[in-house]
Amino acid sequence: MKRLMTTAAAFAVSATGAMAEGELVIYHWFEYIPQDLLEKFTAETGINVTMDTYDSNESMLAALKAGGMGTYDVAVPSDYMVDIMIGGGMLGEIAEGELANAGNMQAAWADPSFDPGRKHSIPYQWGSTSFSVNRDVYQGEINTTDILFNPPAELSGKINMLDSQGEVLAMASIHLGIPQCSTDREQLKALNDMLQGAKAHWASFNSDNSKDILVSGDAAVSQIWNGFGAKARNEGANIEYAYPKEGYVVWMDSVVLLKDAPNRDSAIKFMDFLLEPENIAAVTNFAQYSAGVEGVSDLLEGDLATQRESNPPADAGPGVFVQVCSEEVQVVYDQIWTNLKK
Amino acid sequence: MAGGATTGGAARAETYAGVRNWLLLPSWLVLCILVLAPIGIMLVYSFLTKEFRGGVIWEFSLAAYDQFFCDRGLFGDEPCSIEWTYITIFWRSIWQAGAATLLALLIGFPTAFFIATRPERSRPLWVFLITVPYWVNLLIRTVSMKFLLRDNGPMNDALIGMGVIAEPITIINTNLAVQIGLFYSYLPFMVLPIYAAVERFDFRLSEAAADLYASKWVTLRRVVLPAVRPGVIAGCILVFVPSLGAFLAPDLLGGAKNFMIGSLIEEQFKGSAGNWPFGAAAAMILLSMVLVILLISARQSQRSSA
Repeated sequence: MKRLMTTAAAFAVSATGAMAEGELVIYHWFEYIPQDLLEKFTAETGINVTMDTYDSNESMLAALKAGGMGTYDVAVPSDYMVDIMIGGGMLGEIAEGELANAGNMQAAWADPSFDPGRKHSIPYQWGSTSFSVNRDVYQGEINTTDILFNPPAELSGKINMLDSQGEVLAMASIHLGIPQCSTDREQLKALNDMLQGAKAHWASFNSDNSKDILVSGDAAVSQIWNGFGAKARNEGANIEYAYPKEGYVVWMDSVVLLKDAPNRDSAIKFMDFLLEPENIAAVTNFAQYSAGVEGVSDLLEGDLATQRESNPPADAGPGVFVQVCSEEVQVVYDQIWTNLKK
Repeated sequence: MAGGATTGGAARAETYAGVRNWLLLPSWLVLCILVLAPIGIMLVYSFLTKEFRGGVIWEFSLAAYDQFFCDRGLFGDEPCSIEWTYITIFWRSIWQAGAATLLALLIGFPTAFFIATRPERSRPLWVFLITVPYWVNLLIRTVSMKFLLRDNGPMNDALIGMGVIAEPITIINTNLAVQIGLFYSYLPFMVLPIYAAVERFDFRLSEAAADLYASKWVTLRRVVLPAVRPGVIAGCILVFVPSLGAFLAPDLLGGAKNFMIGSLIEEQFKGSAGNWPFGAAAAMILLSMVLVILLISARQSQRSSA
């Protein structure tokens, strides 16, 4: 449904820029970038924007591999997917000094491990993946991964998981205290067995409705991205975002320049546009995540600067990136995922 | 519907004799470009080597079919034993699609009969009403169904309000929700072919049966059913086959907890597995199953018309 609405919105944007001075084709996560911001970009530059959306890093990669290269100019993969796309030779290179606003990047995100030297990408938004719990249904301690994998009776059967192998298996590894992408057979077996047991407590796997089912009360717990959780809370759900003591997943989405981008100049302009604090703050205000650009904090609306979803408490466990597994481990991960959903 | 086309049919056929083959050209083009070519690509891909994270390497391999039929353990190094995972998934899909077809038949058959026995003037209106939901996109209809069925949705509220039940019934995220979704999505495909068959039925035959002291049940079974059987078979196929490969209803209404064939195949292309040859192989196996069903039903209808 969202996909349809975004496509319709994309048409609307194209229609307004009748006297186009260029095109820009974006491949983006759903419900993430505010429509006004795209319109502002068109107004400032005269560049027509068309946007398609996806609901997981993997489906974006699949669409690009199945003929999407050469269609899109920029995409917005998460950290580990930037790594995979660089490895697959799918990203174009940004020359030194080509981005006028490159200096605006926060030092912490200017030289990340997944794209050393930011040769292919700019920071977009970062946040965490954990879960939110309905406080009307459950009043006990929620800052533990047991809520997802070994839940109390009140929550059993009312849990939604993200329909995303990477984030479910990363969280499961954190729960078991084993390294991600472990090659140890005993650990992999334990992971498989633990998930088989946990599935009995789960109601569904869903990513793009993870906010709505918390608001409607269909699920009492949902694994969720922090900003999406904040939105659900702002829409009236009595929920609390958990920071498990065992740890949780952190991520950084980056805007990447795709290889063979048909409108490379427009893509560079768009990246410079998103490095302006004022513009990237608009994304943060809409999506409720955190920007990777200096000078945004004064532009945030509401309680964004202080809300729990954006501010891990001191006693939270460590936040870790999803790791890129080797092929041999990935094959076992696929098997575990199929076992889980068979 | 079909009546009246026979008078003057021969004369008209003569008129178009010279261009007859050209008239088929558009269909042939569509068939070759949009049906045969994709199936051919799929067939070839299913015998290629998978590329890590999606894509294929152009080397012959049976790995995809091996994965489908052979269980080699979590680490893939045990000797081949029967792989039940995918058989379970296929069986679940057949079962769900079958249940949805049965539901559609139980409701569609009387509906079609009802429409066909209305005065000729009002029939188009009834047929029109059957097709109205089809003006809305399938995705939107499936999402709406989710809102209707959920624990604190209108259906449960109404039932509780009427005093039928005390606690909401949980339907969403169950197999029943998937069956309801499939049945609802494809009901008109059941009603319309049966309606077309019943409409052509000569009701004087059932009067004759009654004159010969056949009971209503015997008349239905021995006179009416054989005559409308092609319509019933067509309706069942039109509901069963798309249900078999559906993934919207299982994902949205069933909670995506248990793969159906459609979602299993989707996962190979859109998920992190990125195993295109396996997705292609699963699709080929599904296609073969559908072909077998169609062949059997074609033979059935041949026998019934003979």
